[in-house]
Amino acid sequence: MTRIERNAVEVHGIVKHYGETKALDGVDLTVREGTVLGLLGPNGAGKTTLVRVLSTLIKPDAGTAFVGGYDVLRQPKQLRRTIGLTGQYASVDELLSGYENLYLIGRLLDLSAKDAKARAVELLERFSLTEAARRPAKGYSGGMRRRLDLAASMIGRPKVLYLDEPTTGLDPRTRNEVWDEVQRMVGEGSTVLLTTQYMEEAEQLAHALTVIDKGRVIANGGIEELKKRVGGQSLQVRPADPAQLPEMARALQESGVPATFSTESGLLSVHLTDERRLTAVIGVLGTRGFAVAGIDTKLPSLDEVFLTVTGKSAVPAQTRDKEPVA
Amino acid sequence: MSTATLSPAPATTAADADDTRIGLRANLRHLGALTRRNLMRIKADPESMLDALLIPVIMIVLFVYVFGGAMAGNQHEYMQYMVPGLLGTTGLNLAMALGTGLNTDFQTGVMDRFRTLPIGRSAVLLSKMIAETLRAIVAFAVLIGFSMVLGMDIVGGPLKLLAAVGLSLVFGSSLMWVSMLLGMSLRSAQAVQGMSMLVMMPLQFGSSIFANPTTMPGWLQAFTKHNPLSALADACRALINDQPVGNSALTVLVWAAAITVVTAPLAVARFRKRT
Ligand SMILES: Nc1ncnc2c1ncn2[C@@H]1O[C@H](COP(=O)(O)OP(=O)(O)OP(=O)(O)O)[C@@H](O)[C@H]1O
Ligand SMILES: [Mg+2]
Repeated sequence: MTRIERNAVEVHGIVKHYGETKALDGVDLTVREGTVLGLLGPNGAGKTTLVRVLSTLIKPDAGTAFVGGYDVLRQPKQLRRTIGLTGQYASVDELLSGYENLYLIGRLLDLSAKDAKARAVELLERFSLTEAARRPAKGYSGGMRRRLDLAASMIGRPKVLYLDEPTTGLDPRTRNEVWDEVQRMVGEGSTVLLTTQYMEEAEQLAHALTVIDKGRVIANGGIEELKKRVGGQSLQVRPADPAQLPEMARALQESGVPATFSTESGLLSVHLTDERRLTAVIGVLGTRGFAVAGIDTKLPSLDEVFLTVTGKSAVPAQTRDKEPVA
Repeated sequence: MSTATLSPAPATTAADADDTRIGLRANLRHLGALTRRNLMRIKADPESMLDALLIPVIMIVLFVYVFGGAMAGNQHEYMQYMVPGLLGTTGLNLAMALGTGLNTDFQTGVMDRFRTLPIGRSAVLLSKMIAETLRAIVAFAVLIGFSMVLGMDIVGGPLKLLAAVGLSLVFGSSLMWVSMLLGMSLRSAQAVQGMSMLVMMPLQFGSSIFANPTTMPGWLQAFTKHNPLSALADACRALINDQPVGNSALTVLVWAAAITVVTAPLAVARFRKRT
């Protein structure tokens, strides 16, 4: 069986310069219809600039982009009917209540008064804002504003949803709520372009990843693919006595397990390139009689992904500069 | 299972045309929703209304009761001279609020939200003009009521009073464009407000609103004579006191037209560039 898959978003060679700053320097990317693309990049990589180009908020200097088949430059009005945007900074009317903010957008999206009302109430409920619905948004906390902004971008059930760092500054419970909502939108057929600095978020939501830096795409592919390149999870060991960190690292190195440590965080970390590593670490630390206060595994951070795909070592500079331990 | 990628999704037949024209009814609906929003903002921030009312009220009380006797020999006489002229500036003060509101919308990202919606950008502006005009009408009602309680007579009757209000609104709407330009050029809403005050204050005091220009030194007289606010004050005074209007009303209309012709295209161009 042949399934025809369309790209909901297509970006070809988009360039946007601000004076000397090359915010976007020839970006190409595609987002398959009905999927979530995670756009990862450090501060200043150009994520927000790209989202703004794709939302018709700024015009690129060069390149072409299509969203839902519409050209960002030549068909902005049609394009706007297919998109929803939650920008990096909340854009709510502070003097209006949460409900009135959503109702207004519903009306501007040509919902009838009755539908706009129902949709506002529904989304307020989903984002746990029902209690605050009638209060002016001025008095909302940062997280509440963010949720209101997210709700606002979902009112028209957009085919393509842009979320620019949607969970930055949210507590874990709210973050999960946002993730659930995003997944629900995807379940209903929406395509999502999500920018994030968190690998975990990308892992949770995205089907594919694009990593950008300094306005250029530096990596592209499926989550698994990228993770393999970075090399799985990393093991974090917290010794009972932080003074033992160098000693522990040396012991592991001697047993053929490369380890790095940071005296700042008091953590020793080991890249878990294969399953046997974990057992090896525990074995070594046990036989040498080190007291361990805590042990944890974590996904590679964006930093590690980034360093790996740019070909630089992911080893913290601090330990790299030290004289070799083995 | 094999997959094929088709790209981009077939666009409409006329690929060049951005042909979802927003119909009249949709435009009116957007305008209604946005006007409602602007009115709700005024309701949520009643202090902004108070500002617009409090200053004229203080001026009326201060000038009529403190300086009135000295200036015209008789408080009532001075009230009949000064208050109509001051009423004439009500439409102007409120026109200036448009720039502040617009600036806030750009700063808070609300304008970005509107710009990602399939609405005509003119609706955003027009709704602000409508809301400010409605606000000015309320301010007129309050100030006229207040002045009448203090004993001002509407000698010319209700129709001429309406004509005075209308003249003030027409002139005020020409200043809305200036206010818009300020709102889009300056960094903060406070700056817009400060700048508006800076422009309005000398215009107000260097006019025939508070004192007959013939009592002023020569250099100031020259300024006062050509100040459009003098013409506006003279016209409103003549209408309310049922005196001959002369060409003061026409002067106001010419000024309004001239200001509009110069600033409206600039303001619209700037707005289009930023949206
Ligand atoms: N309006 C602007 N004027 C001048 N420079 C700009 C403007 N917008 C963005 N830039 C610059 O373009 C670059 C990319 O910015 P952008 O906001 O797209 O980054 P980002 O990936 O979203 O970063 P962050 O993770 O901090 O949100 C930065 O160097 C930024 O300073
Ligand atoms: Mg950003």
